[in-house]
Amino acid sequence: MSTATARIALVGNPNSGKTALFNALTGSHQKVANYAGVTVEKKEGTITTASGRTVSVLDLPGTYSLRARSPDEAVTRDAILGQLKGETPPDVVVCVADATNLRLVLRLILELRQVGRPMVLALNMFDIAQRQGLRIDLEGLARDIGAPIVTTVATRKRGIEDLVAQIEAKVEALAATGALESANTWHEPSPAEIRQAHAEAQRLMKAHVRPAERPDTLTGKIDGVLLHPVAGLAILLSLLFVMFQAVFAWAGPLMDGIEGGIGALGGLVATVLPDGLLQSLIVDGLIAGVGSVLVFLPQILILFLFIILLEDFGYMARAAFLMDRIMGGAGLHGRAFIPLLSSFACAIPGVMATRVIDSKRDRLTTIMVAPLMTCSARIPVYTLIIAAFIPNETVWGFASLQGLVMFGLYVAGITSALAISFIARRLFWRGQVEPFLMELPTYKMPDAKSVLRNLWQRAAIFMNRAGRIILPLMVLIWVLSTFPYPPEGATGPAIDYSFAGQLGHLIHPLFAPIGFNWQMTVALIPGMAAREVAVGALGTVYAVANAEEQVGTLAGALSADWSLAMGLAFLTWYVFAPQCAPTLAVVKRETNSWLWPTVMFAYMITLAYLAAMGVYHGAVALGWG
Amino acid sequence: MDDSYPHPTPAPAQALAPGEVRLSQARVGDRGVIGAVGAPDAQGRGGLDAQELERRLLELGFVEGASLEVIHEGAIGHDPIAVRLDDMRVALRRKDAVDIVLRLTPEAAQ
Repeated sequence: MSTATARIALVGNPNSGKTALFNALTGSHQKVANYAGVTVEKKEGTITTASGRTVSVLDLPGTYSLRARSPDEAVTRDAILGQLKGETPPDVVVCVADATNLRLVLRLILELRQVGRPMVLALNMFDIAQRQGLRIDLEGLARDIGAPIVTTVATRKRGIEDLVAQIEAKVEALAATGALESANTWHEPSPAEIRQAHAEAQRLMKAHVRPAERPDTLTGKIDGVLLHPVAGLAILLSLLFVMFQAVFAWAGPLMDGIEGGIGALGGLVATVLPDGLLQSLIVDGLIAGVGSVLVFLPQILILFLFIILLEDFGYMARAAFLMDRIMGGAGLHGRAFIPLLSSFACAIPGVMATRVIDSKRDRLTTIMVAPLMTCSARIPVYTLIIAAFIPNETVWGFASLQGLVMFGLYVAGITSALAISFIARRLFWRGQVEPFLMELPTYKMPDAKSVLRNLWQRAAIFMNRAGRIILPLMVLIWVLSTFPYPPEGATGPAIDYSFAGQLGHLIHPLFAPIGFNWQMTVALIPGMAAREVAVGALGTVYAVANAEEQVGTLAGALSADWSLAMGLAFLTWYVFAPQCAPTLAVVKRETNSWLWPTVMFAYMITLAYLAAMGVYHGAVALGWG
Repeated sequence: MDDSYPHPTPAPAQALAPGEVRLSQARVGDRGVIGAVGAPDAQGRGGLDAQELERRLLELGFVEGASLEVIHEGAIGHDPIAVRLDDMRVALRRKDAVDIVLRLTPEAAQ
């Protein structure tokens, strides 16, 4: 056995504080990547022991059993069994347990013992157990499970040195003998074997654990309010309202700041570089391209801050409980609620968040409808068209008509997402309903440091992925809309003569039945990179410089050139159309196949076409043509 | 309360003894001990074979002898339900709880 770098893996039930322990162990020495071939996030870090040895630590997804059901849990199983592609098996398994909730983890420990790898049990949240008056006979339990036990309080970094020492002792013992503690006899347990393991776990509980004298009653009391059939739903809706306010109102100044910064940078570069192709590529292609992604960062950070806080507090499982029946009516899993919520900021983190759904079918349905939720990239498009065509007047004495139309577009997105999943369930996956079984964890105060760390990691992942996908696309679109140059003495806008313009003219006949003119069709092409780029493109074709800042001017040009029916058709198109290549790319990554992005593109474009056609002809019939 | 633990072979779930209720029919406040998990007749229910559902229930701690109390239910159709199961809380749909038989604790014993 090599003595170079020892490898350990953290395993445990969900909500056992495993990630907090991982953070306490590795501090800032950690990175998040993907496992080869699967899209489960791989969190890895390193610790240096007192004797100077480097140990790499793998934080595996939480599970109740090695008999995996979701892709996450399959990674845990394969990592422990040493069957993971491109990964060597861990030298030592560290099982992390919530000291106040031992019964289920004892059964998992019995399964882990069958694998035969050296193991250390970390009894986490030990302070809470002590406060509750829970007595655990550590020596006796350690003897019976055949693994040393260390008590830890990960959030306060208590017991970490002890744990590292025990891990090192195991690593040294393994290096000395070069053999595992016993042969791997693990196999998928049958129901009878699970019952037997429960009986054994129960025996261990009775022998070594005295029940809490002061069990936690706070969680029960909070649930009395938060899970109340009426009050609970009202609180959930208020939380959502505050969250949207935050995402759209608080993010505004930050987004303006970023836009300003990007614009200033572009201006600066433009003064340094000589006019010409290189300047255009860097300013219009690269800087504007990166900027179009960066500008969404504040919204995504605020949204994730809410999601992480609610998750760490223990509320997300409650939200899934409250929403299950409503989501279930449309054939979705209660847990689909969180990914769909994220999709209001951007479908990319939403699609990534579907990993929490165990069932493959439920996960696919959720991925398929996530882009129908109104993402923030649609807002600039909606704002422009609404400003151009919807009069700014008050209806019913208090509501703004423009605001109502915006609200209607959101509702259209949500209802169509629910309708599509309902139809998919009825048509393709009839009768296939996965069970909804979910632990409702004990409420906990979120730890500021771990929230910030998590937020930083989310941001880094988003930037990295979006940047890698959007950036090359932006360059491609820059090429398409720059070349070839307009001929000498050309009168129209330059984009008209470019490949993008030619393509727009070429496919225009396809879009004529839904009322689009060729300028709209041209704008759709750069809009494939990111929806809001369509605004800039419309500005280019209507020769309005800085279209995004001068929405008023552009809106004026549009309302002069388009009919109301055309404006409404364009809005409808944007509710449904798969106008976002990065989302399709992420779906390809997450489903590991070209089939699903193809299906998504096909159904969304069909829907967009039919809906826009219906709206256009309906509006023309009403005399708005 | 733990005297019936373990209960190696589940009783067939078709016939309910007096004082027993299926968890799918239980009301908020019902409490007792799980008498049986899994129904041999439930082949193919809900897209999963019965054994798979049984294993998932078992893995989450729904095992014969575990103490259970129904603590919450959803607003629409009283579904899903939340139960206190030994030391933890679990949410599940009533449809998935058909195969869990709850042996109610007599009121006097509470």
